[in-house]
Amino acid sequence: MSTVTTDPHAHAEHEHHGPAKGLKRWLYTTNHKDIGTLYLLFSLLMFFIGGAMAMVIRAELFQPGLQIVDPNFFNQMTTVHGLIMVFGAVMPAFTGLANWLIPMMIGAPDMALPRMNNWSFWILPFAFSILLASLFMEGGGPSFGWTFYAPLSTTYSNDSTALFVFSVHIMGISSIMGAINVIVTIMNLRAPGMTYMKMPLFVWTWFITAYLLIAVMPVLAGVVTMVLTDKYFGTSFFDAAGGGDPVLFQHIFWFFGHPEVYIMILPAFGIISSIVPTFSRKPLFGYASMVYATSSIALLSFLVWAHHMFTTGMPVAAELFFMYCTMLIAVPTGVKVFNWVATMWRGAMTFEVPMMFSLAFIVLFTIGGFSGLMLAITPADFQYHDTYFVVAHFHYVLVTGAVFSIMAAAYYWLPKWTGHMYDETLGQWHFWCSLISVNVLFFPMHFVGLAGMPRRIPDYALQFADFNALISIGGFAFGLSQLLFVWLVVKCIKGGEKATDQVWEGAEGLEWTIASPAPYHSFTTPPEIK
Amino acid sequence: MALKHQPVVIKLCLLTAAMFGFGYALVPLYDVFCDLTGLNGKTSTMAATAEAAIPDKQREVLVEFIARPNNNMPWVFEPVVHKMRVHPGEIHRIDYLAHNITGRSMTAQAVPSVSPGQAALYFNKMECFCFTQQHLTAGQQLLMPLQFYVDPALPEQFSTITLSYTLYEVDAVAPVTAETATGDNNE
Repeated sequence: MSTVTTDPHAHAEHEHHGPAKGLKRWLYTTNHKDIGTLYLLFSLLMFFIGGAMAMVIRAELFQPGLQIVDPNFFNQMTTVHGLIMVFGAVMPAFTGLANWLIPMMIGAPDMALPRMNNWSFWILPFAFSILLASLFMEGGGPSFGWTFYAPLSTTYSNDSTALFVFSVHIMGISSIMGAINVIVTIMNLRAPGMTYMKMPLFVWTWFITAYLLIAVMPVLAGVVTMVLTDKYFGTSFFDAAGGGDPVLFQHIFWFFGHPEVYIMILPAFGIISSIVPTFSRKPLFGYASMVYATSSIALLSFLVWAHHMFTTGMPVAAELFFMYCTMLIAVPTGVKVFNWVATMWRGAMTFEVPMMFSLAFIVLFTIGGFSGLMLAITPADFQYHDTYFVVAHFHYVLVTGAVFSIMAAAYYWLPKWTGHMYDETLGQWHFWCSLISVNVLFFPMHFVGLAGMPRRIPDYALQFADFNALISIGGFAFGLSQLLFVWLVVKCIKGGEKATDQVWEGAEGLEWTIASPAPYHSFTTPPEIK
Repeated sequence: MALKHQPVVIKLCLLTAAMFGFGYALVPLYDVFCDLTGLNGKTSTMAATAEAAIPDKQREVLVEFIARPNNNMPWVFEPVVHKMRVHPGEIHRIDYLAHNITGRSMTAQAVPSVSPGQAALYFNKMECFCFTQQHLTAGQQLLMPLQFYVDPALPEQFSTITLSYTLYEVDAVAPVTAETATGDNNE
């Protein structure tokens, strides 16, 4: 995706060479653009592998009864689909965007720790090979849900659990190294004059996300280690027989798990905050409030974990505490949504594909936010808990939220990365097919969920048959629509209309001041920020 | 350049290590928190003293007894009485029957849990077979005593307390953790 030759205009000194040739370029690279590209391509591959698993799930659920896969394999599909999409698709996509964009946005020549950067990418393929290989073990891969609740993952799991644990360890190490790199880059390599409050919001949101990663990925590493030692080395963290408590697992897991969902959405907020002003041709409304809102969401995310556990028999006082804290998060999130709308207000708006995905993000993410508020209501949650309503909720925030923002980002910066404009007609086709199919896919899940259809079960009662057939059709259509995106990206890398340096008429920021495609080495001398 | 990054990198690595430690620290923190509040229904592993003298004759609380062997535990294990009405403050004694129906000697540990969890703080056991491990030879039967009283300070909203025991085979669970070791459970 990145450029193969250095642009002689971009920098005067010429002892810097272009990239090495062949496979070694990608194996040994320490260049933030190459590593960003690797992350993004890896994430796209994982998106399709995880998506293929979703297709298996939807094919099985097309009709009531068991027809295509056996329940154990179905459980493996739901588990590994979740793990791949969270740790393999969404998180690496954001890390790839961070690698590509943060140095270009703050006027730095590269990430601060380029060798570690190489390592943090190249351990990922090993992590996911281990995870995917575990599916071929005797008895199959992990089948306890991506949340791996004890005792499902300890007493009742098979030996693929060990592979699962090690792959999660490697993913965690990769994320932590990536996060350290982002923080050091932002703290130390900003161009002279770029104060914290002048940083683009994508940089700000990633700065906060990186702290969240450092705070909670080690806790995930800890909890998977406890699962490992409980299963194999006789400890009893989660085993009541030895004085442990299985509910403790859920507390530790969700202490990681809830900040994790903000790790997957805060960079999306940064992306939308970059795109909406460009296509509204107005500066972002309420920059400072955006920064503070992001920080408050991050802080509050540590105080709400038990809203995943309302049905575990917590005392009423604790349920109320977690309910109110959860609802409080709607306030800073609302600030963001209103700021985006206010940015568009009376703007000279145009509707290119990145803007379309951003608009869809704002509407559909808000729907996901509202269903989240419904789930936060403790008494109501007892009905919604573990139903398809929950599935609908988190797919609205993760697919039409995080994934749509990643799509928007890809369209927005593709011309800068490749030097070519993407095919606008094809992009609009991709957008509209995705938009319609994703709603056919996830919206009816609210209804079957409210009517009581449980999640993670390969069969269902007959009255849910029509909705499930419709959902599956939406699922297949959404999956196929993403092939348009691959076609578009390949086409854009190979050629197309030459992109200007600024690319978009209303685009502002340092990344739009350098050539398109971005030269292999940019900002070797830092720009001056007024 | 590298020197400039070093202090930040070191701090972030320390933060990472500290958060890994924090994940583990949640285990004892959770136990302390639950001991203080009784939130997860864990009862005290120590024998209570019988200082609560004056029974509250005005009030009756239904105490239900549930007992079950763990999935892999082939013993018969049940309370002789399944429920009783008690006045808070009154001391009662009931027996549980354990029967090792296998052909080998086994050692077992019963783990109690009280529901609703907040009532756990007010359920006091003066004598309990759960404080020690039980050793039964092949085919042996044993009546195991439980002596308890309900604290008269039990908040008004609780009218039923369910005491549940799960019986585990000790040899199957390798080491005894600090939690079970706090009772005097030497064989």
